[in-house]
Amino acid sequence: MVKAHKFKVTDHELVPKHEIVPVEEAIKILKELGVKPEQLPYLRASDPVAREIGAKPGDLVRIIRKSPTAGRVVVYRYVMAG
Amino acid sequence: MTDEKVIGGIKFGILSPEMIRSMSVTAIVTSEVYDENGLPVEGGVMDPRLGVIEPGQRCATCGNTLARCPGHFGHLELARPVVHIGFVKHIYDLLRATCRKCGRLKLPQEEIDRYLDLYKRLKDRWPQLAQSLSDYVKRKAIKATKCPHCGEPQYKIRLEKPTSFIEEGPLGRLWPNKIREWLERIPDDDLRLLGYDPEVARPEWMIITVLPIPPIAVRPSILLETGIRSEDDLTHKLVDIIRTNEKLRESINSGAPEVIVEDLWELLQYHVTTYIDNEVPGVPPAKRRSGMPLRTLAQRLKGKGGRFRGNLSGKRVDFSARTVISPDPNISINEVGVPRDIAMTLTVPVRVTPWNIDEVRKYILNGPGKYPGANYVIDPNGRRIDLRFIKDLKAIAEGLKPGYVVERHLIDGDIVLFNRQPSLHRMSIMAHVVKVLPGKTFRLHLAVCPPYNADFDGDEMNLHVPQNVEARAEAKTLLLVQEHILSPRYGGPIIGGIQDFISGAYLLSSKATLLTKDQVSDLLASISYEGEIPEPAILSPKRSWLGKQIFSLLLPENFNFMKEANISSGELKCSDEECFWDSYLVVKRGKLLLGVLDKAAIGAQKPESMLHYLIREYGNTFGKEFMDKAFKMFLRFIEMRGFTMSINDIVIPREAYEEIWQVYEKAKEEVRKLIEDYQNNRLEAMPGRTLEETLEIKILDVLSRARDEAGEIAVRYLNPFNNVFIMARTGARGSTLNITQMAAMLGQQSVRGQRISRGYRDRTLPHFKKGDIGPEARGFVASSFVKGLTPIEMFFHAAGGREGLVDTAVRTSQSGYMQRRLINSLLDLIVTYDGAVRSTYGELIQFRYGEDGVDPKNTSFGEAVKASRIVDKHVGWKK
Repeated sequence: MVKAHKFKVTDHELVPKHEIVPVEEAIKILKELGVKPEQLPYLRASDPVAREIGAKPGDLVRIIRKSPTAGRVVVYRYVMAG
Repeated sequence: MTDEKVIGGIKFGILSPEMIRSMSVTAIVTSEVYDENGLPVEGGVMDPRLGVIEPGQRCATCGNTLARCPGHFGHLELARPVVHIGFVKHIYDLLRATCRKCGRLKLPQEEIDRYLDLYKRLKDRWPQLAQSLSDYVKRKAIKATKCPHCGEPQYKIRLEKPTSFIEEGPLGRLWPNKIREWLERIPDDDLRLLGYDPEVARPEWMIITVLPIPPIAVRPSILLETGIRSEDDLTHKLVDIIRTNEKLRESINSGAPEVIVEDLWELLQYHVTTYIDNEVPGVPPAKRRSGMPLRTLAQRLKGKGGRFRGNLSGKRVDFSARTVISPDPNISINEVGVPRDIAMTLTVPVRVTPWNIDEVRKYILNGPGKYPGANYVIDPNGRRIDLRFIKDLKAIAEGLKPGYVVERHLIDGDIVLFNRQPSLHRMSIMAHVVKVLPGKTFRLHLAVCPPYNADFDGDEMNLHVPQNVEARAEAKTLLLVQEHILSPRYGGPIIGGIQDFISGAYLLSSKATLLTKDQVSDLLASISYEGEIPEPAILSPKRSWLGKQIFSLLLPENFNFMKEANISSGELKCSDEECFWDSYLVVKRGKLLLGVLDKAAIGAQKPESMLHYLIREYGNTFGKEFMDKAFKMFLRFIEMRGFTMSINDIVIPREAYEEIWQVYEKAKEEVRKLIEDYQNNRLEAMPGRTLEETLEIKILDVLSRARDEAGEIAVRYLNPFNNVFIMARTGARGSTLNITQMAAMLGQQSVRGQRISRGYRDRTLPHFKKGDIGPEARGFVASSFVKGLTPIEMFFHAAGGREGLVDTAVRTSQSGYMQRRLINSLLDLIVTYDGAVRSTYGELIQFRYGEDGVDPKNTSFGEAVKASRIVDKHVGWKK
């Protein structure tokens, strides 16, 4: 495998912005949504994006993406093992 | 009071023989059912200890009366065990996967340990994966020819459907008792790995040694009018089982030859099998004397009329009615016409209070036979008095006190639910206000046909009467027809003008319509208008009003709206106020100034229309009121003017036919040339197409152009104010294509989007030469419906028409199933108060409904706010 030219999925324009949410903020967000982390949609730790941004199981990931109906949309994913 | 308990979960298992004995109240020991006095025999299948059958009786077991006794199980000890037909598959798998001697799973111990560990970890998180692991382990174990634990050689086991197992080795036929011994040897851990929970489902319990006898309440006998008792199918079957069991036990005890015992054993197996499931392949179904197959346990659960689909997912309900529907344009869109007969059967419970006691007394005095009356009176002790059997209604009426409940007849103004199947969207059930009418059909306003997808060719609809205040309030605020004028399906009115409403609106609002004072009065009287008549638009030579003026009386004063009308196409196209053809609708400050009303203005299922914005901006109640009045007025006008359709509307003059003929001849010549080019290899293939495909596409193109041209010629010769043409232009009914087909020519008939090409060898019909691919030989119809079709043309038309029918049939079933699956997966998602979409487990599905939190019903084409409309709304009159 040629390491120098490794493809990064996050560089692709169709992949929305992913970022790891700091723990204190994550707690606040969960409280606001009134959910336990397992009740959020999952993101696998083996997901190419999760690997690139270094998300570990237990992290909360914020995804900011464009939407045809609402313009800018912020959603959260709970990173799980696998 | 007993404690409230919460159900934490449900676990299914198999009843063990011990369990069956311990829940049994009596052993069944005799096949006798009744003695000579007609009393049930103790120890028979109708043993009184199994539960109460007659009202007033007390249960011999629990001491309760009929209403409170739940019924009790008995049990029957089988002389020899038999296989449970429902578990044959499991028994077969277990026999093959385990050792014939030691009963272990035929895999090495380390493998079992490894898989078991994996299985335990998978089980809670990925139950489906655990299932497939079990399957894999099972398949692997079946392959072993020698037991890894005891070294015993293994033989192949054959399942002889439905219930015999045969080992192709020393054991030979495996009788159920042998199977049971074998299954008993399988250790618990091996079973766990195979996906069984040995706590609740030991495999040896799959062999029946003790048969539970269900309570009598499960299999009630019915008393026929002749006084003859008729037993339930299950009871019959149970008697068969007991009788065979007795015979089997006798033969064993008397030491009868093995063959006879085995025969009886097989017979017992047959009876127990059909008792459980009477539709097992390979087993002749047990029949009643009349030849009807018995309805045994599995049949009670299975299928459309079974317990699940017939009694649990769906139930029969009281306070409902069903009959044919017919149209009534004179009632409100919120109303439903209910036949008097139905209104006298359906009832509404009314609690008597000091304020309504006089009114309720009148209902009682009328009784059940006179409308508006009452059918039942319920006193404060909960006693029901059936007024049909009361001679002295006066006494009841006088004895009436607050606290009584009277079930009175349905009257005008009651709120009911109205439904038409298939109930595909929420508008399939709406609340209507009752209007009791003579006749035998439900009457509904024509404008509510689109949401129900109803027509009057024999459609029937259902009506339900809510029985309490909460239900009525909910129906009134959420389900009332006017709350559903705007559809969430496409953000436009689904209830609106159709057919004659549109024709009438067009004719009334047309420039050519001048009304006399009498006519104006008539129109306004039809809607009970009580204001002033406006100044006439034309004063001389005769004071005349325009239809537009009269219609404007219904519009709110500050309403502005501008849009192209439906008729704005072709030569009549206008896209601004400078419109000679009157095809651009302009409403300024509540006055219809320019343009005609047609489908684009008042039509159902047309978003962004005048009607749509009237409802959005002035509310549902206004919308309902507007439609009630406007539609009534349009109909009144169309009645005044007269509106029909005749053959003369679609007959075109001889010159037109000649012109059309020339067009057709020209097209035929073109097609001939194309074919010639093709044969001489002069045709150039289109990109990505073969030469043949190219030829077909070009021919199709030429022919469809020919039809369009013919249509244009026909339309040119038609009077634009002939009624058929008006209907097509305004969108009331039909299209220009329909007119073309009636007046000019039908055009190419197609099957699967291709010209018709199959039938005989190299030709469609024997009337053509082989290999003829000219227009006529491939289903082109040059005749019109007016002119009539030749037999050959008629055949092609039928072929094309048949495809259409088949298509609709296939499409409805496919989309129906797709819809069912979608609904089943989405049905318990809810939008919570914070605007997020959640499942019932509290899982977040969408952080905000539709990502923008907008109700599609209140959008215009998905936009929550449409800026251009806001501008138009406020300053549109300045333009």
